[in-house]
Amino acid sequence: MDLFEYQARDMFAAHGVPVLPGGVAETPEQAEAIARDIAGQVVVKAQVKVGGRGKAGGVKLADSPEEAKARATDILGLDIKGHVTRKVMVAQASDIAEEYYFSYLLDRSNRTFLAMASVEGGMEIEEIAVSKPEALARIPVDATVGVDRAKAEEIVDAAKFPAEVRDQVIEIAIKLWEVFSEEDATLVEVNPLAKAPDGTVLALDGKVTLDENAGFRQAGHDALEDVAAADPLEAAAKEKDLNYVKLDGEVGIIGNGAGLVMSTLDVVAYAGEEFGGVRPANFLDIGGGASAQVMADGLGIILSDPAVKSVFVNVFGGITACDAVANGIVSALSMLGDEATKPLVVRLDGNNVDEGRRILAEAAHPLVTVVDTMDGAARRAAELAAA
Amino acid sequence: MSIFLTENSKVIVQGITGSEGRKHTQRMLASGTAVVGGVNPSKAGQTVDFDGTSVPVFGSVADAMKETGADVTVVFVPPKFAKGAVVEAVDAGIGLCVVITEGIPVKDSTEFWAYAQGKSTRIIGPNCPGLISPGRSNAGIIPANITQAGKIGLVSKSGTLTYQMMYELRDIGFSTAIGIGGDPVIGTTHIDALQAFQDDPETEAIVMIGEIGGDAEERAAEFIKEHVTKPVVGYVAGFTAPEGKTMGHAGAIVSGSAGTAQAKKEALEAAGVKVGKTPSETARLMREIVGA
Repeated sequence: MDLFEYQARDMFAAHGVPVLPGGVAETPEQAEAIARDIAGQVVVKAQVKVGGRGKAGGVKLADSPEEAKARATDILGLDIKGHVTRKVMVAQASDIAEEYYFSYLLDRSNRTFLAMASVEGGMEIEEIAVSKPEALARIPVDATVGVDRAKAEEIVDAAKFPAEVRDQVIEIAIKLWEVFSEEDATLVEVNPLAKAPDGTVLALDGKVTLDENAGFRQAGHDALEDVAAADPLEAAAKEKDLNYVKLDGEVGIIGNGAGLVMSTLDVVAYAGEEFGGVRPANFLDIGGGASAQVMADGLGIILSDPAVKSVFVNVFGGITACDAVANGIVSALSMLGDEATKPLVVRLDGNNVDEGRRILAEAAHPLVTVVDTMDGAARRAAELAAA
Repeated sequence: MSIFLTENSKVIVQGITGSEGRKHTQRMLASGTAVVGGVNPSKAGQTVDFDGTSVPVFGSVADAMKETGADVTVVFVPPKFAKGAVVEAVDAGIGLCVVITEGIPVKDSTEFWAYAQGKSTRIIGPNCPGLISPGRSNAGIIPANITQAGKIGLVSKSGTLTYQMMYELRDIGFSTAIGIGGDPVIGTTHIDALQAFQDDPETEAIVMIGEIGGDAEERAAEFIKEHVTKPVVGYVAGFTAPEGKTMGHAGAIVSGSAGTAQAKKEALEAAGVKVGKTPSETARLMREIVGA
């Protein structure tokens, strides 16, 4: 889960990382009130989980509370690369003497954690990595040891931070590790880490990605979720514990196992090329068990998507054999009754496949077509969606 | 022969008294696996009965190894306790630790992987279906009745795609099929399995299944170019996955230009691997190679 800038800022502050005074507002009036508390010049920043908001007009300075209100009015509702701005952060404006970069992240290639730091901050780290790789220090962090003072010194010195900020940055490096480790983050990035004209080093903007698998020991993380931006179908699926991702096509997809479902999306997209570019409408993995209830929940979500024109149920009968899956489909359809309105193409393969196909044939549901192969079934589903 | 798991493997189950552990121990036994014990610190000295087979429960992996000579452990304990279970297995010095548990925080898996470096335990997973050497032994949750022993080696990030491929090629059969898991940090990699299949005299050809996210497939492609002389057929899932959306597996996410299915396919093809467009086409490519 990616956090908004203001959530990252709050998290930094909670762990003692220096940040500027500020707050988050959902209305122009709230923005005005925050600006009044701060006094002096403020910056009003769109809270969207996408880069390039400055260029899109999502970051503005304001010299008075009234002006902050006006800028917030401009920015709230602004569409930045498809992300609608629902909140702004109002923070004290700061003059910047120097901009640095600092991050911790999971380095999955090397199965370790990695610290990256540079005194060339302010631009995207991908640009620094390409244009000035020698300016970006990359120091692996042993997962079993973490970042102690000696490690923090090693990182800061490798990045050649100037002597006058060295001690401050070492402190910040230790505290950011605390954020990374204690909050179960997979990314903590500060860009820019800024030196103000008075020499104080501050985290001016931050990105944090949290590991959703750690939810069981991170009680506060649920509240950080951006419920407003969630797709309504994704939200409904989440309530039923379904692993669902909304996509932009016309063929609804249900399958078991993440890899098989990903593969199903691909096979449908290939088949769809023949039928005017029909594409998969979603990713939905109902898991290995595939009970009738889960099948009904999944079908319910997919059939409520107005974009869906046909549905492809693609199940490999492994632990749950095909006869059980077929019974699940039949009872799911009877649970849904009149709500089931779109054609279903079913492909079953694996254990007890003959019995599974026999059950579906016997039920002879008018919406259901059984096709023996995955490729053939994908083609049929695409054809039905294009009709 | 087979890799990592043979007819002589003696398997224990960590979490044997839980519902998943119990269900799959039953299945492992039914497929002829030598399950010699289970581990649960609070139920040491008890036994768990499976259709007439009585499996003793030990208080620790070390005790179970001492009493039974176990050399493989399969971990079913919940995410919260998984790191502790793996560390215990590594400390006991067991040869193979297969972590089935799904939903382990990546901090924990990174830590237990780092902890295991330089020690004698091979870790497979987490969040994986385990591995099967058909007709010999089955450590994990792969259905044993899909296929028989044969000459194909299979390594895959995905469970159901593993089953699908085993099914498509069931008449030819498999030396070992191994699901390495779809998490961002895993123990045994594509490369480890490729090396083992290359060294296994019984394996004649290899199927490698990858999916979006990370660069494991690209690295495997480099490895194949340098070190694998047996024919390899590949499949990559996730061409239609959009950037920034996790596709079921925590590791299956395309970020920026990295980790796309297209990049993986191109890297594999550049290494001489034939890559199928669909699972069935991949199976056909394998048939052409083994002439069946």
